[in-house]
Amino acid sequence: MAVLTVSVVSADHEVWSGEATMVVARTVEGEIGILSGHEPMLAILAAGEVRMTLPDGSKVQAEAADGFLSVDNNTVTIVARKAELV
Amino acid sequence: MGAQLRVYRQKIKSAQTTKKITRAMELISASRIQKAQARVAASTPYSRAVTRAVSAVATYSNVEHLLTTEPETINRAAVVIFASDRGLAGAFSSQVLREAEELTTLLRSQGKDVTYFLVGRKAIAYFSFRHRVSERVWTGGTDQPTFETAKEIGEALLETFLRDSEDGGVDEIHIVYNRFVSMVTQIPEVVRLLPLEVVEGVEEPGSDQVLPLYEFEPEVETVLDSLLPVYIESRLFNAMLQSAASEHASRQKAMKSASDNADKLITDYTRLSNNARQSEITQQISEIVGGADALSSAKK
Repeated sequence: MAVLTVSVVSADHEVWSGEATMVVARTVEGEIGILSGHEPMLAILAAGEVRMTLPDGSKVQAEAADGFLSVDNNTVTIVARKAELV
Repeated sequence: MGAQLRVYRQKIKSAQTTKKITRAMELISASRIQKAQARVAASTPYSRAVTRAVSAVATYSNVEHLLTTEPETINRAAVVIFASDRGLAGAFSSQVLREAEELTTLLRSQGKDVTYFLVGRKAIAYFSFRHRVSERVWTGGTDQPTFETAKEIGEALLETFLRDSEDGGVDEIHIVYNRFVSMVTQIPEVVRLLPLEVVEGVEEPGSDQVLPLYEFEPEVETVLDSLLPVYIESRLFNAMLQSAASEHASRQKAMKSASDNADKLITDYTRLSNNARQSEITQQISEIVGGADALSSAKK
């Protein structure tokens, strides 16, 4: 299965970038899980955690608030004014 | 000591003290520029991601929104000028102001009113000297900009943009800043912030292509509404960081040539003072010789 290219960026630096099989984030309408092949999307993020499952099965967590989630062509970008790894 | 010699010594001393100051400023700028450059690089992913998201929306959605649609008539335009707080940075502030003047002439010729938003004390000084009005000003911290300032400027701009042009609102926003190209080149650049113009990183869809169906959460309008301030802030913050890096580079360059000039002055005046000293000695010797000669010839 194809993997997702994920990058988490905050206003002053890139927090994390790499490949993942699944991304779970919290938008204003609730939690959303994204797998590869997801349709293009642009959503407003709610404050909360973003969980990424890497191809080797390990997990990475980040806190993000005040931003956006965009999905396009298996590329997931999480843009937040404030974001950091947990 | 001869009067001539004393004057030269004074000039050498003054050139030396000036050189100490310019050398110190050069070193300070050189040490800060690395950090400024790193900040530009660090903020680029954010700015790029936001711009890409905005471009995607603008390209793939057919929603009527302030962000994406061009108003029919543009009566008033806002120009944001990013200059520096302090001088001694070569042509840094003047080249950006010159660029802004050209833009003003262009906008006026298109029949638009221009209002100004100024950042940096040098821009304000330029305007107040010419008795020209500006809408709002920000000073302090042009060499180390913070995101809070960008946010503040963004809010002020957005507020003016959303007002009707009859109540002093604007239909168009331009920013003028120095773009950091390299340590030796900084180019003044004009970017139209709103309505959206630059579409980077997104290919224009062909007319026969089916647009990918973008899903928006919650609705398109809400997403665009909250994307708008973020987009403005990120562009402004990026411009401020670029401008700060350019300021340091430009100051370093200016101070380097000032130090070099001081060196040259010191060498020149040292030569002249040596000359003066030597001619003084020669004169004294010839006076002594002449005197002794007169004495010995008087004895005979």
